[in-house]
Amino acid sequence: MEQFIHDLIGNDLLATIVWCVLPLVFILGYAIVAILAEMKSASWFQDRLGPMRTGPWGIFQPFADVLKLLMKEDIVPARADKILFNLAPVIVFVGAYAAFAVLPFASEYVGADLNLGLFYLIAVSSFGVLGIIMGGWASNNKYSLLGAMRSAAQIVSYEVPSATALLIVAMMVGSLNLQDIITAQSGGFWNWFILGGPKSDVVLASGAVIHADIGNFVFLPLLLATFVIYYLSALAETNRTPFDIPEGESELVGGYHTEYSGMKFGMFFMAEYANMFLVSAVAAVVFFGGWQSPWGITLGEALDIPVLTLLEGVFWTAAKGFFFVFVMMWLRWTLPRLRVDQLMYMCWKVLIPASFALALVVGFIVVIR
Amino acid sequence: MLDNTLTTREEIRDLGLRTEEMVLNMGPQHPSTHGVLRLELVLEGEIIRKVIPHIGYLHRCFEKHAENESYTQVIPYTDRLDYLASINNNHGYALGIERLMGIEVPERVEFIRVIMAELQRIASHLVAIGTYGMDIGAFTPFLYCFRDREHILDVFEKTCGARLLYNYIWIGGVSHDVYPDFVKDVADIVKILRPTIKELNDLLNYNKIFIDRTANIGILPADVAINFGCTGPMLRGSGVDFDLRRDDPYSIYDRFEWEVQVGKGEMGTVGDCWDRHMVRVWEMEESCKIIEQALESFPEGDVQSAIPRRVRPPKGEIYVRVENPRGELGYYIISDGTGTPFRVKGRAPGFSNLSVINEISKGYMVADVVAILGSIDIVLGEIDR
Repeated sequence: MEQFIHDLIGNDLLATIVWCVLPLVFILGYAIVAILAEMKSASWFQDRLGPMRTGPWGIFQPFADVLKLLMKEDIVPARADKILFNLAPVIVFVGAYAAFAVLPFASEYVGADLNLGLFYLIAVSSFGVLGIIMGGWASNNKYSLLGAMRSAAQIVSYEVPSATALLIVAMMVGSLNLQDIITAQSGGFWNWFILGGPKSDVVLASGAVIHADIGNFVFLPLLLATFVIYYLSALAETNRTPFDIPEGESELVGGYHTEYSGMKFGMFFMAEYANMFLVSAVAAVVFFGGWQSPWGITLGEALDIPVLTLLEGVFWTAAKGFFFVFVMMWLRWTLPRLRVDQLMYMCWKVLIPASFALALVVGFIVVIR
Repeated sequence: MLDNTLTTREEIRDLGLRTEEMVLNMGPQHPSTHGVLRLELVLEGEIIRKVIPHIGYLHRCFEKHAENESYTQVIPYTDRLDYLASINNNHGYALGIERLMGIEVPERVEFIRVIMAELQRIASHLVAIGTYGMDIGAFTPFLYCFRDREHILDVFEKTCGARLLYNYIWIGGVSHDVYPDFVKDVADIVKILRPTIKELNDLLNYNKIFIDRTANIGILPADVAINFGCTGPMLRGSGVDFDLRRDDPYSIYDRFEWEVQVGKGEMGTVGDCWDRHMVRVWEMEESCKIIEQALESFPEGDVQSAIPRRVRPPKGEIYVRVENPRGELGYYIISDGTGTPFRVKGRAPGFSNLSVINEISKGYMVADVVAILGSIDIVLGEIDR
């Protein structure tokens, strides 16, 4: 894919820039679709129509919203720390954006095929919390500060179970490379980690072999529980309902972004949507076979058209990712919000012990077999 | 799942940490203060030490206005007290003047008044329940509640042309007779409401997260409730079986079969936020029962025959109280024999109910204050008057 862009453009520098900007284009496009999807799904859950005036069926509403954000006055509170205040939304967005670098969209399309991909992803995605604290502190507003403090506590806490859950799969694959994790699940949906992982031997790109047999079904309940832990933690990490306490509208007004307006608020908003897709895509990659099609073979391979294979990979990644994004919206418009101490209770007394126990059991089985 | 015992300042000090109290100003522009209420929160970390409500942002001199208007002209002002329950407000005021003047109102008027008052009670409770869900973070039940409130408002609109401030119940009668399809429309509303109540139970009231957020929070013991003069769902939530419709019957409430619902501490302690919330949910069902019985024997007649030409009550004074959706709404009216009242004092239930907030919020967290305030179900219009 990278080579393809280089050949297409000719100029090396330009090609590299284009290669780097591609995920941004994806995020922007995705954000537009996701905003509309959120508005429309919310309105259907709530027995109303949602946006209907901007364009047919309201499809231009996200564009109108973005335009409104761009044209709004950019207010910086008088006694705010200007440098940090301006820097915060950028950092939050960079944190979300940088993680897309290692996300494999298709077998041939991954920004950086790192051997430590999963590690990088966990590390970089927690970068955003810095920006949140910065924004909350710099706003010089008690509500923002409270929101930022809660957010820091929440995100840092939930890193632990989510990372542990991902490590369980990494243990089974024996690699932190995301492409390896996907390759290990090739051959159909019964080989996905949500259903216990590969049922026959798999050769990774590095030449390493994962020895597996039908006995891998013993992992099914364990990995199902692992996935639930991961997804709950992911909800908390992206500040989505029922864990949207940092921005809890009813008590903290807007939490850390109370004082932000215009496109700076838009950056926070976009980072949240980017993060939603990121954690959903990671769930898809780690538990649901990433770009693999559910029935193992792709139309592109069957007809021997590489571009079609590529597009199919992107389609499956996006489809699986979108599904989990939709589940997040579904939960958001259904559930009330937990209180901050209940949230911590859930993390430290339920999810973390459970994830550790799972890691122990899965690790034990992986070693003895 | 959780014990709500929280670390005290002394315990934190023992750990060698320095703590400071923080004053957080909540409102008047805040999404959860239900209007223009300002709460001064004295916090220790996230733990509440003191809540000081500041009211008066919506003060419109109701009582002074009443001294300068004729008796009938006061009615639109009563609409604007508790603007979510205008008809109940009209009802209380009209009852007071009728008792002063000794007016007997026709049977049909009494029936219309009771049906309208109960519909208004349901509409008001729907708002309370929906906004309470929103305070806890559930957005969708709010819209379901408003969807059904819309049917009730449609009936009001068809009857008297207004959707919020009706000026409907007049002294001795009502402003408009009901329209021909009224009985059918109201019966339909009751039919629509019952599944909604079930839906609300499934979606919100028995949701685990909702129970965790509201059970054992803001516990109001019965003696404190009585001492602070709390009434309505606030008092009944604390397990006190008291409802003016039954215990000091006015209009024709004594003719109907229904029950006074009280908090039982089903999910936590008697008198917690969940109990107060559920009393409202159960009361909607009771109101449905009253409406159904009233519709069965809905009489014919003239609704304006008893309206006096000139409203000039004899010299005297009266205290009249009715059961508003929020509690005991009282009017103390003094007549000096002229066409304008000498004095009209409003006793707003929300005022007494809100005064207890400091008592029941201590030791809980910031997020709980929102839950407690929501469960009080205040309307600033009647608190500030």
